[in-house]
Amino acid sequence: MDMVMNALKGLLGWVDDRFPATKMWEEHLSKYYAPKNFNFWYFFGSLALLVLVIQIVTGIFLTMNYKPDANLAFASVEYIMRDVNWGWVIRYMHSTGASAFFVVVYLHMFRGLMYGSFKKPRELVWIFGILIFLALMAEAFMGYLLPWGQMSYWGAQVIVNLFGAIPFVGEELSIWIRGDYVISDATLNRFFAFHVIAVPLVLLGLIVAHIIALHEVGSNNPDGVEIKKNKNAEGIPLDGIPFHPYYTVKDIVGVVVFLMFFTAIMFFGPEMGGYFLEHANFIPADPFKTPEHIAPVWYFTPFYTMLRAVPDPFLGVVAMGGGVVILAFLPWLDQNPIKSIRYRSLLHKINLMFFVVVFFYLGYLGVKAPEPVLSEMGLRFSEVYFVFFYVLWFHSKTRDAKVSYLSFIGWMVLFGLNDLSRVTEDTTQLVLIGSLIPAIYLAVMFLAPLYTNLNAEKAVPERVTG
Amino acid sequence: MKKTLLAILMVLPTLAFSAGGGVHLEKADYDLHNKESLQRGARLFVNYCLSCHSAAYQRYNRMAEDIGLTEAQVKSNLMFAAEKSGETMTVAMQTEDAKVYFGTKVPDLSVIARARGADWLYTYLTTFHTDDSRPFGVNNTTFKDVGMPHVLWELEGMKKLVNADEMQAHPGTAPKFEAVTKGKMSAAEYDNAMRDLTGFMVYMGEPAKLIRYELGIYVLLFLALLFLVAYPMKKEFWKDIH
Repeated sequence: MDMVMNALKGLLGWVDDRFPATKMWEEHLSKYYAPKNFNFWYFFGSLALLVLVIQIVTGIFLTMNYKPDANLAFASVEYIMRDVNWGWVIRYMHSTGASAFFVVVYLHMFRGLMYGSFKKPRELVWIFGILIFLALMAEAFMGYLLPWGQMSYWGAQVIVNLFGAIPFVGEELSIWIRGDYVISDATLNRFFAFHVIAVPLVLLGLIVAHIIALHEVGSNNPDGVEIKKNKNAEGIPLDGIPFHPYYTVKDIVGVVVFLMFFTAIMFFGPEMGGYFLEHANFIPADPFKTPEHIAPVWYFTPFYTMLRAVPDPFLGVVAMGGGVVILAFLPWLDQNPIKSIRYRSLLHKINLMFFVVVFFYLGYLGVKAPEPVLSEMGLRFSEVYFVFFYVLWFHSKTRDAKVSYLSFIGWMVLFGLNDLSRVTEDTTQLVLIGSLIPAIYLAVMFLAPLYTNLNAEKAVPERVTG
Repeated sequence: MKKTLLAILMVLPTLAFSAGGGVHLEKADYDLHNKESLQRGARLFVNYCLSCHSAAYQRYNRMAEDIGLTEAQVKSNLMFAAEKSGETMTVAMQTEDAKVYFGTKVPDLSVIARARGADWLYTYLTTFHTDDSRPFGVNNTTFKDVGMPHVLWELEGMKKLVNADEMQAHPGTAPKFEAVTKGKMSAAEYDNAMRDLTGFMVYMGEPAKLIRYELGIYVLLFLALLFLVAYPMKKEFWKDIH
């Protein structure tokens, strides 16, 4: 036994002289000190990594039988589902994994929003994260074309056509992306190439950068207290514990519980009522038959609603893209020195709660056909979505009455002018009722601090609690 | 203020749901565990559907294994359009011919149950009615002006729609029929037969469905066991932290 151990130690020493194996292990795991007070919300980073691995491994197996050819693609997916041994398990893991990725990443991002994890000194961690989110959206979008069903085809058609709305170069650009005038075999082939290698490479690089940046500055925590400010004689944070073994054993519990939900969906309802696998996608792509209602997969629907809320196609694209990109500016928008929601004002908590409701409702609207009432709601909730970011800036410190009223009136006038430009005799009532939504939001967020103490903040403790 | 907002937010979804309609769907109520039902469905399928519709992803021998028949049984009773039992359920009819006969392509039925849903299929199969304005003299209340003739008429007989006006006025109303000619089956027998056929098509849409629920239970049991190891391990490691 000793001999074996000595031999292994010798081998490790030999490697360490040539490659920083032990050094990296210590830096990132056994001597990476993480705050001891991580809560439920801190599971989703490691879970995102787990889903990434699931997607890569199942993806590799799928490529062994999938055929990126417009004439064969749909049938090859059914071949995997029927004739390949355990092919259906692999395919359901991959399709469930796609949705799970977004569930986990949205929760991970919301954690950052709640505890101010994007604030100094973690701006780059956040920006790498947003880039990962963008890459993930591209990855999901291109992967969704591959089964070559009706929704794959027409969803891609709609989204690529969006590029056509860009002035001057749009038309050429969308042809260049498709490699054809419509979505075709050429598009399928290149999306396959992007989906299986190009985007995953970018994704992996960004994830490494995300983690390296995180480990350079250290993790935030639910109290938003910097644990590096209180160190012992050896320079170890007093409220820190080594990531390994403490968080590895904790994350294993998270992994097991997550897999219970994941496999329950996989085995008992992989279609998730048509939200994870859309029903119309079991009809092969038909370029001559537009489906009655083209709905993107659920994880894109909030942004899809923003697109539809703006009548001008180009401005719609700007709104949709802006809805994602604006997240990258959070570190400079929310300058409130208090990181964690725990010590921020009640008003800030209400604001975040609104944001969640708005995001869900925008997502819900994105799967519905654009009827007048729903379109009006889509516009109103998109307005609130964007003002939310201004409100974060506004709540960075106590504002005087002048700034408060100016903010309130400014946004009201802006939305009012837009309403005047679009209102018709038939829609007067709808527009008036709809305008209450941003009006109430603006009034609460900008004017409540002047008349109530809803914006009273709490003292941040020196050390982490719990 | 907060309450008003909450009230508004509560009302929104009801506003959203108030519009809409669509066709009335009956519950299919099929039983995938019932092998005899699947076998009866398979028989109906190869006899009545498989002359025009293909099921190009479904292999005969796989079907035999899944619905509890031997390959020999399938070969002698259910295989009219293929030579070898490893073949898939294709049909001889050409796409061009179909366009001439029915005015449209005839869809492959392998995964139709996943695209349309079982309830839709069942309702569709039971709502054919006479309509002199249509080329084949039949129409369907679930799929209006469908190109397909009522191929099951010899089983069901013909029936006419008696509440067309009401259905027009209130979309979503269930259709009501009156028999015109008698078929080989009674109304109840026909409904059961269509249940069998729908069940078979649900199976065909996803053969793995026959085993995935059971497998899922084993996977969850395994994960539950894993949890019983992982959680105490975490507790043990963390007892000096909190």
